[in-house]
Amino acid sequence: MPGEAELRLRERLSRLRSLPLLRGARLSGELERLQRQLERIEEGATDEEIWKFVELARHDDRPYTLDYVERLFEDFVELHGDRARAEDPALVTGLGSFDGRTLAVVGHQKGRDAGERAKRNFGMAYPEGYRKAMRTMEIAERHGFPLVTFVDTPGAYPGVAAEQHGQGGAIARSQALMARLSVPTISCIIGEGGSGGAIAIALADRVLMQQNAMYSVISPEGCAMILWRDGAEKMKAAAALKPDALHCHELGVIDAIVPEPEGGAHTDHDEAAALLAEVIKNALEELVGVPGADLRRRRRDRFRSLGIYGARPTSETHAAPAR
Amino acid sequence: MAAKIDVSIEHRNLPEEARDEKPHPNTCPKCDSHYRDDELEANLRVCPHCGFHFPVRARERVNQVADEDTFEEEATDLRSEDPLEFFDVLPYPERLVEAELRTGLGDAMIIGGAAIEERPCELAVMDFAFLGGSMGSVVGEKFSRAAESAIERHVPLISITASGGARMQEGILSLMQLPKTVCAVEDLRDARCGFVSVMAHPTTAGVLASFASLGDVCVAEPGALLAFTGPRVVQGTTREKLPDDFGLAESNFRYGHVDAIVPRPELRGFLAKLLRLFSYAG
Repeated sequence: MPGEAELRLRERLSRLRSLPLLRGARLSGELERLQRQLERIEEGATDEEIWKFVELARHDDRPYTLDYVERLFEDFVELHGDRARAEDPALVTGLGSFDGRTLAVVGHQKGRDAGERAKRNFGMAYPEGYRKAMRTMEIAERHGFPLVTFVDTPGAYPGVAAEQHGQGGAIARSQALMARLSVPTISCIIGEGGSGGAIAIALADRVLMQQNAMYSVISPEGCAMILWRDGAEKMKAAAALKPDALHCHELGVIDAIVPEPEGGAHTDHDEAAALLAEVIKNALEELVGVPGADLRRRRRDRFRSLGIYGARPTSETHAAPAR
Repeated sequence: MAAKIDVSIEHRNLPEEARDEKPHPNTCPKCDSHYRDDELEANLRVCPHCGFHFPVRARERVNQVADEDTFEEEATDLRSEDPLEFFDVLPYPERLVEAELRTGLGDAMIIGGAAIEERPCELAVMDFAFLGGSMGSVVGEKFSRAAESAIERHVPLISITASGGARMQEGILSLMQLPKTVCAVEDLRDARCGFVSVMAHPTTAGVLASFASLGDVCVAEPGALLAFTGPRVVQGTTREKLPDDFGLAESNFRYGHVDAIVPRPELRGFLAKLLRLFSYAG
């Protein structure tokens, strides 16, 4: 069926696309052929097919940050608290050893069962969580540890206390700190890349995204409520927002798609972690040793270049510049 | 901004028949006084009776704060594209054309060099009337160019925001305007150019969560909603009881998120004072 064919094709394409990171060579002929094939199939992609990516990104058994931390890092020490007012379990931070090198780690953490979900607030951080992340980033900067972040959140928490404690400012300042760091930084979207809550820890030198993850400016449900005034139109909204890895890659938002085990990351956590580890390792090899000032400049230039716009002068706006 | 944009903001984009009944734009929502447009304009769109701050369009705002005929607009030719071929109840390009025809603006922000009490500066002013002041690729690009222009002339940048947040119709690219504008502010800081953020009603979601919160000095207009998530969505998501002044400038001041609340008639003088102070820095 076309749905299955598209999924297979997408998988092959994303494997090929991650080759530049994995092996430093690009098989452009094969890539283009697959891309053309995919585009033909995509024309027929239904809202339901795009919705499948959203469901996989939110799958209950999908590996979360700590599942990867456990498999990727030795000697992991979790660091708690923002040193101002609270510990926020929706976002975990720490130091660990990866491939013989100490890394600083920051990631959203969802809960596996009802109790943990409540404790972790479904991975929706308060400003305290982002301030804890900034504290860990500062440790990374001070000691020259590369920073790896795992993004997996429906969004920053939308509550009264979160607003009073400065949610917007915390998200802005966390990004600002990431724009200043002189250590290598890698972000990976491992599940839901939900809007401001996601980008707060994703202003990195390399932005990776797993094959079945999603990255979006607003949740499909939220978008449907606002534009269609009906949350039930979430499939249409998802299709319109195009939050899947392939589209994010086409738009230049992410640098590489990280392959997942057949059927999705939830089917085999060990395999998913091994595939992710390989891409992180290669990205680190590219970045470690680059002078901090160069990393910072290239990182800012990378984000400076994002956006698609045109130039179309109109006589009216030119004629009346100040009225 | 997962279900986090104040819904009232976006209703402007809906077709006429879907909108709620709205009072006349020149009727004060606080005290019901009604004014002719020229009366309101002469009073900086502040209600002479109760002090309510009406919304100000971008060009009028420039005229309010800048010295006469000093504003030189930049990047006037930038226009949004439709990279996602976004279609909800209307195609995005149709919304853009309609907004441009109605507002006379190319997008939701105008930028340019200006002087305030003879001190040079760069202005980046948003207009809520253009698709709820939403930030897509053009707003992000214009803000970045404003920062670059400020750095080139070594003058402070002043942003005046009025925005519902990131523009949904450009999807993930709109979210990328958050880090893009944040990087622009970091470049300003490296170049030791001052940055003053003036937050008008409303400054929410993606704009609050990026450049607007990063001013060396952050000021708000009285009664402005400054919230990452608007009250309706907070209420709907959490069922929490909201304080009466939830997310308003006054609440933000009390919690330490803004340096000052500046009534509109004092804004020009306040900005001039800051420009003088910043111009004597090493």
